[in-house]
Amino acid sequence: MSFNNTDIAAFKDVWVFCEQRQGKLMPTDFELISEGRKLADELGVDLCGLLLGENVEGLAKELGGYGADKIYVCDHPLLKNYTTDGYTAAICQVIEELKPEVMLFGASNIGRDLGPRCAARLHTGLCADCTHLDVDMPIYKDFLREASTLAPEKIDGMNSAMVLGEKHDVSRDLKMTRPAFGGHLMASIICPRFRPAMATVRPGVMKKNVFDQAKADACQIVKPAFTLTEDDIQTEVVEIVKAAKKLVDLIGADFIVSVGRGISKDVEGGIKLAEELAAELGGVVGGSRATIDSGWLSADHQVGQTGKTVHPKVYVALGISGAIQHKAGMQDSECIIAVNKNDTAPIFEIADYGICGDLFKVTPLLTEAVRAAKAAK
Amino acid sequence: MDFHLSNEQLMLRKMYREFAENEVKPLAEEIDEEERFPMETVEKMAKLGMMGIYFPKEYGGAGGDVLAYAMCVEELAKVCGTTAVIVSAHTSLCCAPIFEHGTEEQKMKYLPDLCSGKKIGAFGLTEPGAGTDASGQQTTAVLEGDHYVLNGSKCFITNGNVADTFVVFAMTDKKAGNHGISAFIVERDFPGFTQGKHEKKMGIRGSSTCDLIFEDCIVPKENLLGKEGKGFKIAMQTLDGGRIGIASQALGLGEGAIDEAIKYTKERVQFGKRLSQFQNTQFQLADMHCRMQAAQYLVYAAACKKQLHEDYSMDAAMAKLFAAEAASDVTRRAVQLFGGYGYTREYPVERMMRDAKITEIYEGTSEVQRMVISSHLGVK
Amino acid sequence: MKIIVSVKQVPDTSGKVAVNPDGTLDRASMQAIINPDDLNAVEAALKLKDETGCKVIVVTMGPPPAAGMLRELMARGADEGILVSAREFGGSDTYATSQILAAAISRIGVEKDDIVMCGRQAIDGDTAQVGPQIAEKLHLPQVTYAAEIQKTGDTITVKRMLEDGYMTIKVKTPCLLTCIKELNAPRYMSVGGIFEAYSKPLQTFDYETLKDDALIDPTTIGLKGSPTNILTSFTPPQKGAGLMLNEGDDKANCEKLAGILAKKHII
Repeated sequence: MSFNNTDIAAFKDVWVFCEQRQGKLMPTDFELISEGRKLADELGVDLCGLLLGENVEGLAKELGGYGADKIYVCDHPLLKNYTTDGYTAAICQVIEELKPEVMLFGASNIGRDLGPRCAARLHTGLCADCTHLDVDMPIYKDFLREASTLAPEKIDGMNSAMVLGEKHDVSRDLKMTRPAFGGHLMASIICPRFRPAMATVRPGVMKKNVFDQAKADACQIVKPAFTLTEDDIQTEVVEIVKAAKKLVDLIGADFIVSVGRGISKDVEGGIKLAEELAAELGGVVGGSRATIDSGWLSADHQVGQTGKTVHPKVYVALGISGAIQHKAGMQDSECIIAVNKNDTAPIFEIADYGICGDLFKVTPLLTEAVRAAKAAK
Repeated sequence: MDFHLSNEQLMLRKMYREFAENEVKPLAEEIDEEERFPMETVEKMAKLGMMGIYFPKEYGGAGGDVLAYAMCVEELAKVCGTTAVIVSAHTSLCCAPIFEHGTEEQKMKYLPDLCSGKKIGAFGLTEPGAGTDASGQQTTAVLEGDHYVLNGSKCFITNGNVADTFVVFAMTDKKAGNHGISAFIVERDFPGFTQGKHEKKMGIRGSSTCDLIFEDCIVPKENLLGKEGKGFKIAMQTLDGGRIGIASQALGLGEGAIDEAIKYTKERVQFGKRLSQFQNTQFQLADMHCRMQAAQYLVYAAACKKQLHEDYSMDAAMAKLFAAEAASDVTRRAVQLFGGYGYTREYPVERMMRDAKITEIYEGTSEVQRMVISSHLGVK
Repeated sequence: MKIIVSVKQVPDTSGKVAVNPDGTLDRASMQAIINPDDLNAVEAALKLKDETGCKVIVVTMGPPPAAGMLRELMARGADEGILVSAREFGGSDTYATSQILAAAISRIGVEKDDIVMCGRQAIDGDTAQVGPQIAEKLHLPQVTYAAEIQKTGDTITVKRMLEDGYMTIKVKTPCLLTCIKELNAPRYMSVGGIFEAYSKPLQTFDYETLKDDALIDPTTIGLKGSPTNILTSFTPPQKGAGLMLNEGDDKANCEKLAGILAKKHII
């Protein structure tokens, strides 16, 4: 059967690539299954997971609990560890056979290696590092009304796009929204002429559904056919090493105390003050790009466009000026507190509460005040 | 006339600026505070060819030109006066006289190590009794067989404590006055040669400044630079070139102070307005910029004339006189714009003001420059 | 042996960014810089050149002024530059861009012991797609997120970073690697390098040069060859300014803030 990726009507269902590392599903899988469920409902199709590995069938049912109707399991010894070649070969064969209309990957270091390779092989469009996905036009327009500065009449009239000089109805296209230019601009991308429409999705952004055991039990497991030989794989995985140090879980934290360039005059002291405040709040320490680039904090602490996107209950920015790349990663926090020496720092423009002062003086006082306020409760 | 920089020159400026911002600026406050010579910076500059910019590749130089060198000193001085003078003294006062007056053997022996920054150079002319009046040299050199014996001392020698190679002046014939002065290439470990203690200075505090002491110092005969008795001429020619370096240093200091002042006055609010919105600030900065721009034209013109082997002595003197006085004025005005903060070490403008002062003094005071210029004008 | 490094000139998004009234980026107001990750790729190539004496060729797709960037990379030590530039190439998305760059690279020629290098991603789009897609079009194995690269004979050993650790991967040349900033500290241009840069060879590949390549087809390049379209672009709304606590001294302000947080049950 020939694969014609422009025969749009021949493609249906929403698929999610479910990444596993050493036999463990990634948290992003649940976020993507949950988001994929929403899209599949908007399209009126099934949501399917695509799980690759060796002896991974046992992981499949759990994905059903977050909304997958069906899990395609590609089990093969050569898929035990991730390789670009092996995974691309298997996924492309299965896609060509089963023709999903939407394919989502987590924008992890693996998803962003695999997604573009698959899209290039299948000759289709891929939108990287998406932060918002829509199909349904009224829902998409509501999103634009809230998240953009576009004029209301422009949003109301947005039903089609010019594609190769012709008006194209976008109502059934996946609208893939992502930040560009370091977060200065947002763009909604469509893939109107080819299928599947592919996206990698930023971890930590999509909301996870509540696990439902009944759905997990009902989830179907299907093993599609594909062929793979050692000759297909040109790279050799020599070893996989987990970081020895426990990495900071910024994405899961309710309280984040981040430091910026403002700690430069006493880096260790500044970090210690942040740690004390974070400990009092029950949170973790993060940092701006400057602190990571200067080697003051390790990369897992980085918040921002090139780091992690976080939305904790409280985000405290100590000595962070608020460059747009940083704001892109934290502006959706529920409550932002900024401490900065410079009263014109852009961080104050988005802060719920601001204190203009020396972080080395203010932070210990704030820690003490929080402790006292908690004790008084 | 063409006032446009070439593609190469624009690229050089960009590279110097990136280097200065990333590698030099972060150390400027510390080396001033601690009076520490930034050896790590010299090693980095050496890798990039900044210790031998305008010397040919066959001698280990970067194959650039004099303007490329002036721009280097300028960009370094914008963020750190100390680092700028290290390059200037090394290049103009040690590499240049060896390149211009040395024999082929001397050039092959000394220039590759100097130009590649493996060795640092210095220049020994000034003595306690022979400052502006360089002809009053008391250091003597006596030929004894295959070597000269040097006795005497030098003072205020830039790079003195860190240099490996020195161009030193001494009297070989006391009766002959200026015509009795000769130049020598002296290595740090020649017997009888020692360096005195670090001078504490008002500015350029990371730069090494010390006495050189010669006590029966043995200098091989083949280390005579140029002919016997031609030392005064070599010294004066060397200082002409050096003035381009110091003028560039002054230029950079003034420009750096303006950069800081613009940044600060756009942020600082008084009486409900940013300082930059006050006409006094605007006019001050306009005047400051005009002075430094004029200085830049003088400095670049002198550098281009030297490159073309034209007579640039007066041009160098004018460039140094004007740039140095402009830098002192502009840095002082920058401190004033900063107000109380400008007087503190939290901001760099007070350091720039201290650094700028020396440019009116060393390698010929402003008064000496006026003597040079007026004598070129034939005013006697 | 040679190394072909694909690089991109990008607007510097780290400073102030101006947006036109129609929601597009005001590129004219921004400085053009070499994409930071690409500098790491060039440095990795130059390090291998230092070790092996191999040739380093930098290639970019962009408007004619991007040639200035190639000269700067030659001033850092690259031997040759290729500017891929044509009106027909304009409007390309990552798929079409990869298609064109792959054609340019195969015109240069990828031989048995060659390596193609890219930066992880460009700061204007942050897609990280062009590297893997070039590899696919050239049928080369790829290793992305390279934090260490070692070459022994025809085998390259790469430390490939993951979010929670790393993989060590072996791959044979020819291959494509994408580089991250942890890989190295890019060198500066050197004075001598700058004076040599303008005498090094720089070629322009236009549509005519590449049109006979199988990858170059009106349906696979430029706007028409791009599978993706931009439906709309927009600026996010600025969150309104909050409450500045500046009436008391630091201590009073902190206590006031803690009081508010407690009252709102945030702490």
